[in-house]
Amino acid sequence: MSNFFSKAEVTSSGRPVFLRNEVERHLLSGVDLEPEDYRFSPLKSGILILTTHRLLWLPSSSATTLTSASSIPLASISHIFSKKSLKSVFHSPRIRFQFLVSSDGRVFDPGSGSGSGSSTGSGSRSVVVTAVVRGKGDCDGFLVKFWDSWRARAWESNETTGSGSGLASGSGAGTGTGGGLYSTDGSVRMVGVAGILRKEQEIWESTDKSLQDAFQDLNALMSKAKEMVMLAEKMRQKLLAGTSSQTSGTNDEEMGSKEEMQDWLLSVGIISPVTKESAGALYHQQLSRQLADFVRTPLERAGGMINLIDAYCLFNRARGTELISPDDMLQACSLWEKFDVPVMLRKFDSRVMVIQNKSHSDEEVFARIKSLATKPEALRNGISPTDAAMTLGIAPAMAKEHLLTAENKGLLCRDISPDGFRFYINLFPEIDPFNIYLRLKATRCFAEFSVKDYGICITWIKAVSTSG
Amino acid sequence: MQKLGDFKLPHFFNYPPYFTLQPVRETREKQIQLWKELILDYCRTQKIFVIKLEEEFPLFSNSAIERTLSHEAREAFLSDLVAEGRAEWLDKGRRSCLILWHRIQDWADIIVNFVKDNGFEDSVMTVEEIRSGIESRGTSIHTFNHVNELDLDKFPFAKGKLAIFKGTSTDDEGIKFSV
Repeated sequence: MSNFFSKAEVTSSGRPVFLRNEVERHLLSGVDLEPEDYRFSPLKSGILILTTHRLLWLPSSSATTLTSASSIPLASISHIFSKKSLKSVFHSPRIRFQFLVSSDGRVFDPGSGSGSGSSTGSGSRSVVVTAVVRGKGDCDGFLVKFWDSWRARAWESNETTGSGSGLASGSGAGTGTGGGLYSTDGSVRMVGVAGILRKEQEIWESTDKSLQDAFQDLNALMSKAKEMVMLAEKMRQKLLAGTSSQTSGTNDEEMGSKEEMQDWLLSVGIISPVTKESAGALYHQQLSRQLADFVRTPLERAGGMINLIDAYCLFNRARGTELISPDDMLQACSLWEKFDVPVMLRKFDSRVMVIQNKSHSDEEVFARIKSLATKPEALRNGISPTDAAMTLGIAPAMAKEHLLTAENKGLLCRDISPDGFRFYINLFPEIDPFNIYLRLKATRCFAEFSVKDYGICITWIKAVSTSG
Repeated sequence: MQKLGDFKLPHFFNYPPYFTLQPVRETREKQIQLWKELILDYCRTQKIFVIKLEEEFPLFSNSAIERTLSHEAREAFLSDLVAEGRAEWLDKGRRSCLILWHRIQDWADIIVNFVKDNGFEDSVMTVEEIRSGIESRGTSIHTFNHVNELDLDKFPFAKGKLAIFKGTSTDDEGIKFSV
C-alpha cells in the first residue's frame, strides 16, 4: 500500500524545506495520520508541522529514512471538522479534515499549474483524515491556527504578484518574506532597529483602525487584506473560546502579539524562526536542526571553523526577534551529537569553543602549518597567528588555536619576545644532546655521514646562515 | 660558529624558541636538558662557580637574535640542575647558585688527592693557603674559593679525615687533614 501523499523535501538536518513565502505556524509531535480511505496508508508517530501553505508530516528521528516526509497542501483541503464530544475527553485529541484527491489517486495539488485556488478539479474525490495527537502538544492552539492558515489562503499570493500593492501601506511585511517585500514594490528597505520599530508602530496603528471597521461588517472584513483576516479571526477565536493554552505562563495577549511580530518583522535569513510556542517540548531539538542548517553558510565563508560566539551573534541577528539565550545555543549545539548533522561543537584546551564541519581534518591543517613553518622565511623568523590566518584562510583567533594545538602535538614551539608571540617548527626532538656541534659521525666508512639524520636541523641552519 | 669569549656555542643557540620556556612537557624536557649541559660546559671551561640570577650572565642572552632568558626560565633550569645534584642554591631566596661542574664527591676526591700528593696529612691549612698556594697551581683547586661551602663533613669517606675550623674571618678558616 503505497503512500499517496505528496513527498516533502527535507534538509540534511531533518528540517523541512519551505516554499517561497511559507512560514511555519505550529508543530505537534507524536501524531498519527489515519486516513479513512483504504488506499492511503496511515502514518504513525511523526511530527506534524502546520505552515501557511501546507501540512507537513515528518517521521520521528527514530524512523528509518528522511525520504518519507509527506505533505498535504492546504489548498487541497476542503473541510475541517471541529467536533468536541464527550469522547474526546478520554481519548487523545483528534483533528479531522477532508481533502481532495484527483483521479489518479494523488492528493490534489492546485499549485501545479492551475491558476485558481478552487477546490473542484476534474473527477476528484475527497478523503477524510484523522490526525491523532498522542504527544503533548497544544492541540487546540494547533486547530485554531489550522483554521486561520486554511482561511488565509497564503498560497494564492504566489500566483498574483500584484497583490503586493493591494496591501495596506503599513502592513508591508505581511506573510511575505524579506525577498518578496523588498523587491515587488521597490520600497525603501527598513533596516536597523529603528526601522523595525517604526514599521511596527505603523502596523499597530493601521491594525487598530481596521479592526474597528472589520468587526462591524463581516463582508467588509473579508475584502480587507488577508493579514487582517487572520488577525481578526485569531482575536475572535481567542475571545469567544477562551482557549486554555497548554504553554501556561505566557498570557494570550503576549502570545498573540509575539506571533504577529514573528509574521511581520522578518529579517534576512530565517523566514520561520522556531519558537518555544510553536514547538513546545521539541524546542531545543528543532532549534538545534535549524541552527545546523543556518550555520553552513557562515562556516563556508570562515573556512570551515567559526567561533561559537560569532555564530551566536549571526544566528540571533538573522532571527530578528525571538532571540535565543547563550544557554539555548549551547544546548542546541550539544544536541548535534544525537542527530546526524554535518557540523560539530569543539572545545579547545584554551576553553575556546568553535563550530566546525565534521569533515574538518586536523591532520590536514597540521600538514599545511608544517609546510608553512618550514619555508625559509618562516625558519628564520617564525610564523605569527596572522601569517597562519592568511595561509589557512581562517580568522586569526582560530589560527592561533590551531597553532597552539600544533604546539601541543610537538609540531611547533613558541617564541615569546618583545616582537610578539611567534611559532617555529620544533627542532628540539632533532637536536642530539651528545652531538651539539654536529660533528660528523664516525662510521665504518668514515668518509660517509648521513645528513638525513639531522633532517630539518640542517635546513634550518642553512636558512639562518644565509641571512647573515 | 658563534663564540662567547673563547667558548664555542652550539648551533641551536641561535634558535629563538630556545630562549622561551616551553610549555609542552616533552619539548620542555628536551630544552632543559640542553640548557643544563650548556651551563655546565660553559662554567667548566670558564671556571665560573656562581651564577647570580639577577645579574647579567653572558650565556643567558643572545644579542644576535635579540633574545634573553626570563627570570622564570633561568630559575627553572638552575632548579633542575640542583635537583640533579649538579648545583646548589647559596641562599634561600634563590638568587645565587653554585654550579658544581665537578660533583661534590669529585671535589672531595680532588682535595683528598691533593692533600695526599703534597703531604699535607695531619697538618692544618687555611683555605687561602690551599687555594693560592704553589702546590695547587694547575689543579682545579686553584680558583676554587668555595671550599667551605662544600660541607665536606657530610661525606662518609671524609669523616674523620677532614675537620674544618672556622675563624673570626674567612681568612682564618682552616682545614685539618688527617688522611
